Amino acid sequence: MSVTAESAAPTLVVNGIRIDLVERGAGRPLLFLHAENGIEPALDAIDALAEGVRVFAPTHPGYGRSELPKGMRTIDDLSYFYLDMLDQLDLRDLTMVGVSLGAWIAAEIAVKSSARFSKLVMANSVGIKVGDRETRDIVDVFALTEKEFIDIAYYDPARGTRDYKALPDAEVLAAARAREATARFAWNPYFHNPRLKSRLHRIRIPTLFLWGAHDRMLSEAYGRAYCEMIPGARFELIERTGHFPDHEQPKVFAEKVLAFAGGK
Amino acid sequence: MRVYQFTEQPYYPIWNDHSGSLRVNLLNRRCDPRVAADLFHRYYDEWQLSDELGLDIMLNEHHQTATCMSSTVVVGLSVLSRITKNARLLVLGYPIGHRPDPLRCAEELSTIDVISRGRLDMGFIKGVPYEFPASNQNPVGVMDRWWEALDFIIKAMTAHDEVFNWEGEYFHYRQVNVWPRVWQEPHPPIWTTTGSTTQARILGERGYVMATLGSGYNTRPLYDSYRRGYVAKWGKAPGPDRFAYLGLVGVAKDRDEARRRGELVAGYLRSSGIVHLPFRNPPGFLSAEDNARLLRGQTPPRSYTKDRRVISMHSASVEDLIAAGILFCGTPDEVFTQIVDFCEYCGGMGNLLMMGHAGFLTHEQTADNLSLFAREVYPRLRAWKQPDAEDVAAQAVAQKAPLGAAASARAGNLVGATIAAR
Repeated sequence: MSVTAESAAPTLVVNGIRIDLVERGAGRPLLFLHAENGIEPALDAIDALAEGVRVFAPTHPGYGRSELPKGMRTIDDLSYFYLDMLDQLDLRDLTMVGVSLGAWIAAEIAVKSSARFSKLVMANSVGIKVGDRETRDIVDVFALTEKEFIDIAYYDPARGTRDYKALPDAEVLAAARAREATARFAWNPYFHNPRLKSRLHRIRIPTLFLWGAHDRMLSEAYGRAYCEMIPGARFELIERTGHFPDHEQPKVFAEKVLAFAGGK
Repeated sequence: MRVYQFTEQPYYPIWNDHSGSLRVNLLNRRCDPRVAADLFHRYYDEWQLSDELGLDIMLNEHHQTATCMSSTVVVGLSVLSRITKNARLLVLGYPIGHRPDPLRCAEELSTIDVISRGRLDMGFIKGVPYEFPASNQNPVGVMDRWWEALDFIIKAMTAHDEVFNWEGEYFHYRQVNVWPRVWQEPHPPIWTTTGSTTQARILGERGYVMATLGSGYNTRPLYDSYRRGYVAKWGKAPGPDRFAYLGLVGVAKDRDEARRRGELVAGYLRSSGIVHLPFRNPPGFLSAEDNARLLRGQTPPRSYTKDRRVISMHSASVEDLIAAGILFCGTPDEVFTQIVDFCEYCGGMGNLLMMGHAGFLTHEQTADNLSLFAREVYPRLRAWKQPDAEDVAAQAVAQKAPLGAAASARAGNLVGATIAAR
């Protein structure tokens, strides 16, 4: 699928695939991987992060205006795509930050190679199976209306509510593409890779788990269990936010990330 | 014209008490297996009657729903291939984009073709949006899986002198050799459904039988697109046997009784959309562009009456459903006229998929509906002369030149050549 709309954001071509790439701020580099709701909701957090570091925030293939080649079907595919992107940009000593599906991508990248990274931050991350086979760890969001989803995913549902009749065409199309791309990557197995859990021990860089305390799509217990599988990882709650802490508490989110990225 | 009797084999006794969803999440505690058994046997009896009346038979499947108890169409085909004698057995359809194992599909269908001694018509479909929870297949890319499964099944049914290998994008086998071999050569006829002119053209190029449902007096553009694809590929016009249309039928000697039957049969349309909202449109089922339009609140009208009024087939009155060519209803004379009118509008249509039972229509009413149709409408339909296929196709080709003037002229020449050769 190619997106032909005029692009205002800078684009980058990796392996022949054109994606949008936001680059903001100066200093040490930070890779930000957005959640399944696309990059728009993360822009405030990206701006706040850019006050302390140089942020690279790609729009994943299939989201926003980024192209999606037909053969790209898994989070594993995306992780290799980003490893190639980082080789191309030759970025080093990166802090990698992901939210939800973006954090799952980050974990898939880090188990393959953390050579270019110094720190990892995973916020309300999906990607593994914790409970038994009859326990649904992650709410079936595809069985919810948008309103039902916002009510469980947000601390303040008003923050997540969008008026599609008032939004620009490009944002409405981006919302439709985000839903489709998320299903492509996360439909089955549902929002996880059964192989990932047994590989998490390979993440040997300092790791911080951030967790929106009011997430009712994904439980805090799930987050803590996930965190314990990564050697030495630390767990911190963020209050007054649900599943998307970058969207609901962009300043607090950025402060916590920057404190961790700048610390020893 | 052929006429296929179709029922969804509904579990209708609880249709009026469902808390907003007849599909996917309506708990099966509500299904009494004793009632279900009686209904299944009743529907098979009605299909046996159809066979005796000279009608053909159509079956389908849906999942986790009180609108259709047939959750695996292979069971119904198996029973009917044994207990009927002459009827064609059309499955419309078999949702092969949902099936994890197309080799199994090829084996099942080949077996049914053999047991029925060559009476199988194979309709392969994408399936309605609500089927994904039952298969858990990814709705994104379902048509890619569908096409690969179709290509595989055709190869599995036509390879007789090799054990072949298949390592595709979705399906992998190393030793394929289907037993029993299909009865019909090279394979049972392929049917499918569509509501898209783009897909209709592709189906024309493939030459499959194309069926539409609920398209009413908006059907002609689909058929014409098929005709253009068919002419471009085969150099001649598709006959009316390449087109099928699902119409509800309520016929009775008495006009008021016919309207009552129409009302009961229309229960199918009124119940079919009752499902929890998010299951109605899984991600990837429609294109992102179409979904963006839906988010903006723009829903394209689907059903038109003959005089171009837009109706909703899920809530329209019986009179409007008749005006839209979705329901054929009245005395035998009226029903014959309505069907012929519609077929003329279509430029020819050779397979009526007749929903002669739905919802609350009783066995006695259904048996009378089918018998009256078979005795007083069907013979006249068979005697009726379809519009000239070459003339209609020539009009379709002339009407639109999507590939540019040169390609259009070439297609026109092909039609001209075949007309001259007749």
